[in-house]
Amino acid sequence: MALIETTGLVKRFGKLEVLKGIDESIDEGEVVAVVGPSGGGKSTFLRCLNLLERPTAGSIAFDGATVFPGAKPKEEDELRRRVGMVFQHFNLFPHRTVLDNLTLAPIRVRGLSAAEAGDEAMALLARVGLSDKAAAFPAQLSGGQKQRIAIVRALAMKPDVLLFDEPTSALDPEMVGEVLAVMRDLAEGGMTMIVVTHEMGFARDAASRVLFMDDGRIAESASPAEFFRSPATPRAREFLSRVLGR
Amino acid sequence: MDFSFLAKYWKYYLVGAKNTVILAALAVAAGTLLGTALAVGRISRRRAPRLLASAYVEFIRGTPVLVQLFVVYYGLQRLGFRFPDWPFLGRLIGVNVPDFLAGALTLGINSAAYVCEIFRAGIQAVDRGQMEAARALGMGYGPALRRVVLPQAVRNILPALGNEFVTVIKESSIVSVIGIADLMYKTDAIRGMTFRPFEPLLVAAAVYFMMTYPLSKALARIETRLRSGAY
Repeated sequence: MALIETTGLVKRFGKLEVLKGIDESIDEGEVVAVVGPSGGGKSTFLRCLNLLERPTAGSIAFDGATVFPGAKPKEEDELRRRVGMVFQHFNLFPHRTVLDNLTLAPIRVRGLSAAEAGDEAMALLARVGLSDKAAAFPAQLSGGQKQRIAIVRALAMKPDVLLFDEPTSALDPEMVGEVLAVMRDLAEGGMTMIVVTHEMGFARDAASRVLFMDDGRIAESASPAEFFRSPATPRAREFLSRVLGR
Repeated sequence: MDFSFLAKYWKYYLVGAKNTVILAALAVAAGTLLGTALAVGRISRRRAPRLLASAYVEFIRGTPVLVQLFVVYYGLQRLGFRFPDWPFLGRLIGVNVPDFLAGALTLGINSAAYVCEIFRAGIQAVDRGQMEAARALGMGYGPALRRVVLPQAVRNILPALGNEFVTVIKESSIVSVIGIADLMYKTDAIRGMTFRPFEPLLVAAAVYFMMTYPLSKALARIETRLRSGAY
């Protein structure tokens, strides 16, 4: 059954139409890589899925229930609790320690006690090898460490799906690997993921499906093997030859 | 130049300075309360509170304090409003409390417009991604604002708020025109009693400066401290 389903999703910013009608359905357990040229609407599509961006038209269903249009603020908050997001620029809370970054929402939203949330957070930190950073502030971490923290911060809400908005684009090249490793790990663990990325390597070997977005539409949806071997559209071929340099 | 009048009248300056500080503190307190409410309106996602708050800010900033003072002082009395006569404040300041409160309220109403802008700027200077990250974790708008955005905005707001206090200390001299015994009023009294129009003003300027300069310096230090924090 589809976990997320969008129908005729349109998003306009003023006169600019960024999404031109997206019909897409994402199943539980899928790892979907969203690729395509800049300005094609990838990030906007992703941000519509947890309603950080309000669609102009169309509808979104999550887990069988319509969440747009018509959800109440409380229902939107609940949707966002179940749909985690990892941002390009990490967006860690700079005034809180790593541990507090991880426990804030579990305490406030899931209603855990500080002790419970702390235990869960430490377990998550151990999972990404950053247990020793619990007391550090974000400013004391490297980019790669920040993004790993951001990923477990999202996981701390026990989401049903994780959205990644270009999670490695703001990283120094030598730090991309450590973040992708965490993401691969999650994918292998069965997490449902939608990943907007320029990392073609990740799309090829960690994704179960590739969406190619161009000019506000999903131009192709295919398995990674198929997409990278023989893209169906000229635009995809052109895009691939540019990013893969062939 | 003859400052011999100081031997007899120095206490006037002391009382005036004390009242000026109390006046400014009350005004900033009132201004901060009202200004916070206005700032919440100013950044609201709804149109009505936004328009209302910016109308207030524009109007107050676009009219002279003196006019505002007369409107509050004479206008409210006309409408039958009486300021309370709190005895504890009376003992502290030794002058007519209702008039004093009218002055403090006017300065507060005026200051609120500036405080509102300080808050708005401080909040909007916090990266938009902070609000988004908090919302993406399922937090509501209110909790996200309170727990994530505002604590970071404080750092931008506190120094500017301190400067507003300094400004209010200086601008409060205007209330002497309705007979509130602040530093400026006391200075005028001394000028009248000594028949020396000039020297008492120089002393008043010095006293104002003695209040504002240490305050500015202290604020600058706090600001440095805030900026060099762990985050």
